[in-house]
Amino acid sequence: MTSADQPFGVYVHVPFCASKCDYCAFATWTDRHHLVDVYLDALEIDIARAVAAGMPLATTVFVGGGTPTLVPPERLGAVIRSIPVTGDAEISVECNPDDVTHDLLEHYGDAGVNRVSIGVQSMVGHVLGTLGRRHDQRNVASAVEAVRSVGLPTFNLDIIYGAAGESQDDWEHTVRSVLEFDPPHVSAYALTVEAGTPLAGQVDRHPDDDDQADKYEVVDTLMTAAGLENYEVSNWARPGHECRHNLLYWRQQDYLGFGCASHSHRDGRRWWNVRTPERYVDLVRAGAATESAGETLDTDTRRMEGLQLAVRLRDGVSPEVFAPHDLDELLRGGLLRRDHDRVVLTRTGRLMANAVSMRLR
Amino acid sequence: MELSRIRNFSIIAHIDHGKSTLSDRILEITGAVESRDMREQYLDSMDLERERGITIKAQNVRVPWRDHVFHLIDTPGHVDFGYEVSRSLAACEGVVLVVDAAQGIEAQTLANCYLALEHDLEIVAALNKIDLPAADPDRYAMEIETVLGIPAEDILRISAKTGEGIPELLDAVIDKIPAPTGNIDAPLQALIFDSQFDQYRGVVSSVRVVNGKMRAGSKLRFMQAGADHEAIEIGKRAPATTPVDELGPGEVGYLIAGIKDVGDARSGETVTTASHGSTEALPGYRDPKPMVFSGLFPIDGDDFETLRESIEKLKLNDASITYTPESSGALGFGFRCGFLGLLHMEIVKERLEREFGLALIATAPSVQYRVHRTDGELVVVDNPADLPEAQKIDFIEEPYFRVNIITPKEYTGPLMDLCQTRRGEMQKMEYLSPERVELHYEIPLAEVVVDFFDQLKSRTQGYASLDYELSGYRRSNLAKVDLLLNGIAADAFSTIVHRDKAFDYGRRMCEKLKELIPRQMFDVPIQAAIGGKVISRETVKARRKDVTAKCYGGDISRKRKLLEKQKEGKKKMKSIGRVEVPGDVFISALKLDD
Ligand SMILES: Nc1nc2c(ncn2[C@@H]2O[C@H](COP(=O)(O)OP(=O)(O)O)[C@@H](O)[C@H]2O)c(=O)[nH]1
Ligand SMILES: C[S@@+](CC[C@H](N)C(=O)[O-])C[C@H]1O[C@@H](n2cnc3c(N)ncnc32)[C@H](O)[C@@H]1O
Ligand code: SF4
Repeated sequence: MTSADQPFGVYVHVPFCASKCDYCAFATWTDRHHLVDVYLDALEIDIARAVAAGMPLATTVFVGGGTPTLVPPERLGAVIRSIPVTGDAEISVECNPDDVTHDLLEHYGDAGVNRVSIGVQSMVGHVLGTLGRRHDQRNVASAVEAVRSVGLPTFNLDIIYGAAGESQDDWEHTVRSVLEFDPPHVSAYALTVEAGTPLAGQVDRHPDDDDQADKYEVVDTLMTAAGLENYEVSNWARPGHECRHNLLYWRQQDYLGFGCASHSHRDGRRWWNVRTPERYVDLVRAGAATESAGETLDTDTRRMEGLQLAVRLRDGVSPEVFAPHDLDELLRGGLLRRDHDRVVLTRTGRLMANAVSMRLR
Repeated sequence: MELSRIRNFSIIAHIDHGKSTLSDRILEITGAVESRDMREQYLDSMDLERERGITIKAQNVRVPWRDHVFHLIDTPGHVDFGYEVSRSLAACEGVVLVVDAAQGIEAQTLANCYLALEHDLEIVAALNKIDLPAADPDRYAMEIETVLGIPAEDILRISAKTGEGIPELLDAVIDKIPAPTGNIDAPLQALIFDSQFDQYRGVVSSVRVVNGKMRAGSKLRFMQAGADHEAIEIGKRAPATTPVDELGPGEVGYLIAGIKDVGDARSGETVTTASHGSTEALPGYRDPKPMVFSGLFPIDGDDFETLRESIEKLKLNDASITYTPESSGALGFGFRCGFLGLLHMEIVKERLEREFGLALIATAPSVQYRVHRTDGELVVVDNPADLPEAQKIDFIEEPYFRVNIITPKEYTGPLMDLCQTRRGEMQKMEYLSPERVELHYEIPLAEVVVDFFDQLKSRTQGYASLDYELSGYRRSNLAKVDLLLNGIAADAFSTIVHRDKAFDYGRRMCEKLKELIPRQMFDVPIQAAIGGKVISRETVKARRKDVTAKCYGGDISRKRKLLEKQKEGKKKMKSIGRVEVPGDVFISALKLDD
C-alpha cells in the first residue's frame, strides 16, 4: 500500500518533563512521572491495535515531547520497535542535552533510531537562565560527542532566539558555537509567546519583532556560509539531511499520532487526541477511541492550507497562486524571487511568510 | 383645567449641577412617583445619555403640587442642541435655574438664562448642593445677582440630595412663575417642542397647547409641514403615560398621530385643527441647521445598504441629521452627513454602530465654506473633496462663531493662548466676580470643531465652560491639504485649513499617521501636500517579521486558523494606495493635540 513515494509518518508523544519551561505550551507535565509505566503500556497497546487494523509501514517516525529521554530507554526502544517501518525509514527522538549519554543512544540505536534532535536552545548561560532551562551549555558538547561515538548518521540541534536579555552578540555566539559542532541540521526558532504560558503574562519579557528579525538574518547568514541550506522558514540542513518527517507534515501527507495530545492526518481529515496522559491511558485501557476532536477540510480550505505550508519551503509555489498585481508587488518588494518556474520566499520574505500568505489565492 | 392652576417650567442647569437629582426629588416629593418606583434619574432614560451624563432629548412630565399642576419640561444639556433648548423654553412661562453652590454659574447655563429672558420667562434661581462642605452659596448668589440681576436674597438654597428647600422651591414656582394665558374658544394652536420615534407607536410628540383645544380622534393640521394627521392618541405623562380626551390651553402632553418620521413633526411645528383651524403659526420655527459635516463609511463595503437603512431609521428620531450619498476613492461608498456639532456627530456614529451593528469610519469633520469662484459663481462646500481647483477660486469665506467662555480667572492666560492659536479674536473680557471671568471671542468654526472643547477642559482642569453660536461668514486665506499614502491621495484625510497653519498641520498629520498606521509589508511614505506640492513627509518602516516560527504536525490546524483570523482582521482594514489602514485611525488622526 505505502511505498517510499507515498510516505507515511508516525508521531509518538511523551508528555513528561523534569521541569516546565515558562514559554512552553506543549502537552507535558512535571508531576506525573508515576504514570510513565502505564503510559508506555498504553502506547504499545494503541500501536498494536493500529497495526492490527492495517497501519501502513512508516517511512518516518518521530518521538517527541515533552522529554522522551526522561523515560527508560529500553522501554521507549520497545515502543519504537513495535512500529512497522520501511527499510530506509527515518526514526528520530527528541532529546534534552543533559540526558544524552553513549549508553542511552545505544539503546535507541538498537531500536532503529537513526536521528536525534537535541534541544540546545542557547549556548549562553544567562540566556539559558532566562529561558528557565536547567542544562549547562557545556553538556551540549558531550551530547554531540555521544551522538558521534554511537555513529548516528544524522542529528539536529534546536536553538531559540529572542529571550529577554539576549543581545545580538549572545545570539551570534550561540549560532557560532552550534556551528562548531558541525551539525548536519539546525532548527532556529523565534521565541514565540504562546497563550496561557507564564511568559504570556510577562509583557516586559516578550520578544521584539525587529530584534528577532535581525537575529534571523544573522542565523541565516551564518548557516548558509557553513553550508547548511535553508529549506523551511526555521530549518537549515546540509543537502540530504533534511528532516523527512517534518517535510511530510509540510506537504500535507499522512501521519498517525500516538499518545496524548498527538495529532493525526489521513485522507484529508485532521484529528487530535485527548490532552492528558490519564485520559489517554484510561481510553486505551477501555478499548475506546482516543480522539478528542477533528476536522475535515473542504477542498478549498485544504488547497489553501497546502499553499500556506508550501510557500514556507525552499521549493516555493507556482506564480499563479498570486494575483498578478500581488505577485508583482511581492517580487518588486523583495519578498519573493523567481526560481525557474516557481516563486520562492527571499530571506526578507520568509520573515514575512504570514503576510505573504494573505495574498495567496 | 383652570389656567391659573397651571405652571409650565424648565430646569436650566449645567451638567452635574443636579438637574436630574432635582427632577427625581420633585417626582418623589409631589408624589407623582411612588418612592419604591423611583428609578434613579427618572427623566434621563436613554442609555447613551446616561453614559455621557447629558440629556439629548427633552422629556416632559406632569406633577401635582398644592392644588396646582406643574409641567416640568426637560431641556437638552449640551450646546450642540441649543435649538431644542429654545423650543422647550417656548413651551414654558418660567425656568428654575439650578446652580451648584460649590461651582457657580457656567457659560452655557448663562446663555440659556439669556435665552429664557429673551422669551420673557420668569427665572426662579436656586443654589443646589448646600449640604456640601465646599458650598459657598453667599458668594455664588452674589455672582448670579451680578450677571443676571436677580437679587441675591431672592435666590433659594436647596439640596436636591437631602430634599432640603425643595417644597419652598415648588412654592416659589407657584408664586413667581406666571400661569399660562390662552383662549379656550380660539382655534387650536399647539406647539410641538419635541418628537421621538417609538418602534411600536410611531412618532410621539410633546405638545404645549397655546389656544383652543386638542381633541383625541380629531383631524389635525401640521402647519409648517403642510400635512394633516389624525390625533390617534393624546395624553399626559404623570409620568406614566395616560390617555386623555382633550388638552386645553396651557396644558402640556403628548400626541400620537400615526407619523413615521420625526421630520414630519419637528420641534417648533404648530398644530391646529384641519377644519376651522388657526391661520397663524406660532413664531420661532426654524430648521435646525447642521454645522459640522463628515463622511460616514462602512468599513465593510457590503454594509452600504445597511448603513443607508440605519441612517434612515435614526433620522426618524433625529430630524437634524442630513445625509447624501458620497463616494470616496479611499473609502468607497458612504454618506456625507451633517450634524449639529461634534458631540452630535459622535453620538450618531456611536448609535449607528451600537444599535445597528455597523463598523464605521468617520472622515475629518468639516464646516460649510462659501467658495466664490473666479466666474462669479458661489458654491457651498462642506467636503474638501468638492473644493474647486485653486486657480478657479477667487476667495473663500468660512463660518465664524461667537464663543463665550466662563473661567476662574487664573486660567485666563492659557485660554487666551488657546483662542489665539485657533485664530480667535477677542471681543470683550468681563469680570463676573473677583474670581471669575467671561471671555468673548470670535473664532472660525473650523477651529472650534476640532478638539476645542477637550482643550478647553484640559487647560482649565475642567473649570471653564463654553457656549457658542454662529455669528456669520468671513473671508479667509484657506488651503486644502491632502495626505498621500504611498503616493495616493487619501481623500478621507483631506482638510481645508488656514494657509498659515497648513505647514504645521501637514507635519503633524504626517507624524500622527506614522504613529497610527501599522507597519506594512513595505515602507509606506506619508506625505502632506498642497495642490501637488509636498510640504511634509514621513515613512512607516516596513514590518520585518510576521511569521509562525514553528509548524509541526500539531501546529498545522492552529496555524491555518491563525491565518484565517489574520485574513478576517484584514477585512476590517481600509486599503488606501495598497496601504492597510485600520478604521479607528481616521478618528484618532484627527484628534490633534496642540
Ligand atoms: N451633595 C449633593 N450632591 C448632589 C446634590 N444634587 C446632585 N448631587 C450630585 O451631583 C451629581 C450630579 O447630579 P445630577 O443630578 O446627575 O446632575 P445633572 O447632570 O445636572 O443631571 C450626582 O453625583 C448627584 O448625586 C445635592 O444637593 N447635594
Ligand atoms: C516540543 S519541544 C521538545 C523538545 C525538548 N523538550 C526541549 O525543550 O528541548 C521542541 C522544540 O520546540 C521549541 N519550542 C518550544 N516552545 C517554543 C516557543 N514558545 N517558541 C519557540 N520555540 C519553542 C524548542 O526549540 C524545542 O527544542
Ligand atoms: S523541556 Fe521542552 S517540552 Fe519540556 S517544558 Fe521545556 S520546552 Fe517544553
